[in-house]
Amino acid sequence: MDADQSPGADDALITIRDLHFARGGIRIFEGLDLDIPRGGVTGLMGPSGTGKTTLLNLIGGRLKPDRGTVRVDGEVVHELGRRDLYALRKRMGMLFQSGALLTDLSVFENVAYPLREHTRLPEPVLRELVLIKLEAVGLRGARDLMPGELSGGMARRVALARAIALDPMMIMYDEPFTGLDPITKSTIVKLIQDLNTTLGISSIVVSHDVVETMEIADTVYVVADGRVIESGTPHELWNSRSEWVCQFLRGLPDGPVPFHYPAPDDYADLWPEATK
Amino acid sequence: MTGLFQALGRWALGKFERLGRSNLFLLRTLASVPGLALRPGLVVRELFSVGVLSLVIIVVSGLFVGMVLGLQGYVTLVRFGAAESLGVAVALTLVRELGPVVSALLFAGRAGSALTAEIGLMKATEQLAGLEMMAVDPVKRVVAPRFLAGFISLPMLTAIFSAVGVGGGYFVGVGLLGVDSGAYWSQMQAQVDFYEDVMNGVIKSLVFGFVVSWIAVFEGYDATPTSEGVGRATTRTVVNSALAVLALDFILTALMFGNF
Repeated sequence: MDADQSPGADDALITIRDLHFARGGIRIFEGLDLDIPRGGVTGLMGPSGTGKTTLLNLIGGRLKPDRGTVRVDGEVVHELGRRDLYALRKRMGMLFQSGALLTDLSVFENVAYPLREHTRLPEPVLRELVLIKLEAVGLRGARDLMPGELSGGMARRVALARAIALDPMMIMYDEPFTGLDPITKSTIVKLIQDLNTTLGISSIVVSHDVVETMEIADTVYVVADGRVIESGTPHELWNSRSEWVCQFLRGLPDGPVPFHYPAPDDYADLWPEATK
Repeated sequence: MTGLFQALGRWALGKFERLGRSNLFLLRTLASVPGLALRPGLVVRELFSVGVLSLVIIVVSGLFVGMVLGLQGYVTLVRFGAAESLGVAVALTLVRELGPVVSALLFAGRAGSALTAEIGLMKATEQLAGLEMMAVDPVKRVVAPRFLAGFISLPMLTAIFSAVGVGGGYFVGVGLLGVDSGAYWSQMQAQVDFYEDVMNGVIKSLVFGFVVSWIAVFEGYDATPTSEGVGRATTRTVVNSALAVLALDFILTALMFGNF
């Protein structure tokens, strides 16, 4: 499916056009076009190293594109001044792969941090809000623990509670399922779905975990070689005729993405004596 | 040959680029310092970890440096029949030179490296990125309090180092070697000038505190976010701080006492 015809293009929360971005001499995006609709869950999938996390950083304004535009809720992110960018970020939540919790603060204080920074709420109200957010992720009882005492899944749930503390319009999830056991993985899947529905927000899930992403996403973009190579509903992608998409979704070891790294001719390289 | 010049040019450009970046970073940090008046708790917490936790190494080192000065000073002065001047020799050496320099070197090793490692690890574990995405400026919340705490702590640690050192010199000179106690203190009182000697030492420690703290927070913030990158940044903090302190010490000494 062409990116310009993607679902919800007219009323997109995020519109990316002709995005070019290179880092350290390596081209990551070359003319990427993408629309993320309001509401619902959008999956961004692709192999490791294709720039999925970089794309989130471009959406969040932590990086500037070399060319093209990234528009979030009508504002061109990389043209905003610091004050306006921070105002926009207050309406964005982001769940980092590591959780990114502040290690010197307790679970409670981590969730309270954005509220303390950006609001002047009285302490009892703040406490109530924090406990509601922690309850939403099932960790109200863990409020006094320190980040070092949490498992990977718990840390991500606390980070999720912190990400929704300011009631954002969207949440970006960076590899939310990586390194989790099946039970924790399904807990995170359920949380993303539940929060998306109950809070009425837009969710962007960056992942290479096919099953989980396809399970919760309403729309999926597959990114590779610096551009979107396929997009559509999970059903459409499962039925894609693209060899590349089939290889990626089914996890086949060889195909358009070759098993072998480019190398000289086998015979001459492996048995140089025999070729003399 | 051309390759050599190219490599040299790349190296020099890289160094200048980094120097420029560190200066811009310093301006950003300094611009964030006034805002800390509204959140003194952030600075107080850093004063504890940067200053109070450095006390042990400063006190123990100051004591031994003072004892060595007392011993060496006595051995030299007694040849000229001037053992009573031991107090002046110990005090001037400490307040003018060894106090600020050794304290700054110890501070760079103890607190500077810890600051770099802490900020570098925060970067490596995406805590700084997390703050940015929460619309919180990490320079204001993480860097500026640590920089200010380092700048404030070093002059105080230097004063403690020098005071303990004078005590160490007294213990060896008067307690062990028999120098007259009254002569030790009275000569010190008569010969050490508050503005010429003590204040110049304080100025040195302020300059060293500024530079060491700047290097430490910049290296942490600029570290490659890997365990190896943080390790390298920590090493750079100690090495660059030591070189900067020694070079600045010569320049400041020349300006203060050189009579140019």
